[in-house]
Amino acid sequence: MMRILIDPVACDAYGYCAELLPEAITLDEWGYPIVDGKPLPRELVDTARRAARDCPRRAITLRERKGGR
Amino acid sequence: MHSVSEASAQTTGRYRLLGHPTDLAGHVATLGPAPLPSGNARGWHEAFVSVLEASGLAGRGGAGFPSAIKLAVAHAAGKGGTIVVNAMEGEPASDKDKLLLIRSPHLVLDGAQLLAAATSARRVMVCVPEGREQVAAAVSLAMAERAAAGCAPVEEVLVRPPDRFVAGEESALARWIESGQSLPSFRPDKGTPLRIGRKGALVHNAETLAHVAMIARTGPDAFRAHGLVEDPGTSLVTISGAVEHPGVVEIDRGTPLIDIANRATPTGVPQALLVGGYGGSWVDPVHFTTPYASLSLRAIGATAGVGIVIVLGPDACGLMESARIAHYMAGQSAGQCGPCVYGLPAIADDMTRLARGHVDAGLMARLERRLREVHGRGACRHPDGAVNLVRSALSVFAADVATHAHGTPCGWGSRTSQLRFPPAWRAA
Repeated sequence: MMRILIDPVACDAYGYCAELLPEAITLDEWGYPIVDGKPLPRELVDTARRAARDCPRRAITLRERKGGR
Repeated sequence: MHSVSEASAQTTGRYRLLGHPTDLAGHVATLGPAPLPSGNARGWHEAFVSVLEASGLAGRGGAGFPSAIKLAVAHAAGKGGTIVVNAMEGEPASDKDKLLLIRSPHLVLDGAQLLAAATSARRVMVCVPEGREQVAAAVSLAMAERAAAGCAPVEEVLVRPPDRFVAGEESALARWIESGQSLPSFRPDKGTPLRIGRKGALVHNAETLAHVAMIARTGPDAFRAHGLVEDPGTSLVTISGAVEHPGVVEIDRGTPLIDIANRATPTGVPQALLVGGYGGSWVDPVHFTTPYASLSLRAIGATAGVGIVIVLGPDACGLMESARIAHYMAGQSAGQCGPCVYGLPAIADDMTRLARGHVDAGLMARLERRLREVHGRGACRHPDGAVNLVRSALSVFAADVATHAHGTPCGWGSRTSQLRFPPAWRAA
């Protein structure tokens, strides 16, 4: 399973990620992304990769989810 | 800086951190020299690690991580690293590390030298914030004594990072040493060793190192003669608030919270205790007998944090005091992460409105949502501490929340705070 990791230091609230991947990412009232804690469904992995690639701040990485977490 | 006082340094039994001679000659005469390796270094390393493991020592800087595991990680990071002595003590209500370095600097430095030997580190760096000249002078004097007596196998250096709340966060400290920027790093894998340049850095709270130095001398059993089986040893705790004798005490782990508070003689019947500092939690009177130990505190939603117990007297508004803390914590953000930069001031403003009884219809729901959303979204745990503090306030002072939310504040809020804040900081 993949998980989305956002580097909060790098993130500058562009909000593209929530536009591209509303299924997993919403924005708080200041425009910063909130990732839901759920495992990323397989069919969303490609979109998540695109969100990571398109982030102007390169704040998103995809990680293999560690077992049991 | 407020004066550092020692309410009482006595614990039962012979294991204790405070109360030993301050000077090197007296220190060595009383406790013996630090048991550093001579000759068979491999045998020494194994023996040292097994003693530390058997002691069950956990870090005293807030996270409570087992010291033996931290040592193993640092050892794996390779030779030539730095032992960083974290005496940043950013919590405004904590004095224990200041007192320890003023009274027993050699114990802390011995602990650092032992860990340097165990990890083949090449230097010891003691971090004392700018402005704390009394502590810095004590450390400098101790270092000079040790250099002259040949008691410092690796170089010991005193450095002076800025005096800010997050400056003592371990990744911020490592980064400041490397680049002069006192900023926490985003580290999703906290188990990986910290680095300064290409070399490893082992960051330990000053009190933890004093325990290492004592345990290496006394063996694990003397340490385990205090405290609980699952949470052994003693701890330094700073007591303040509505008490007659604020100061630092050395207590056995597992001591009931109210017994700790009573060591400083509360001026009235406490309405709550703040345990763990401004990133800690309020504790309700029904939990006053909770043992001061990691698991017991976790069970009531609190943490030992750094050793802090603050007594809130009957003539104070817990909500206003919490609003002040929230504003202080908001002002201490490193300014790197949006949820902390924007979330903490918003939460603090909500708390001030609540405490003043200036409550709009959406306030409580908005505050709850902000607390939920801000938690866990910073590079470091600074926002989490502030959120936990406010959450505990809403729970412990629930009856006050109800009256304040109806626009009828208690009236105590306009009183001078019972809490300690740095002189330069002004409450909203």
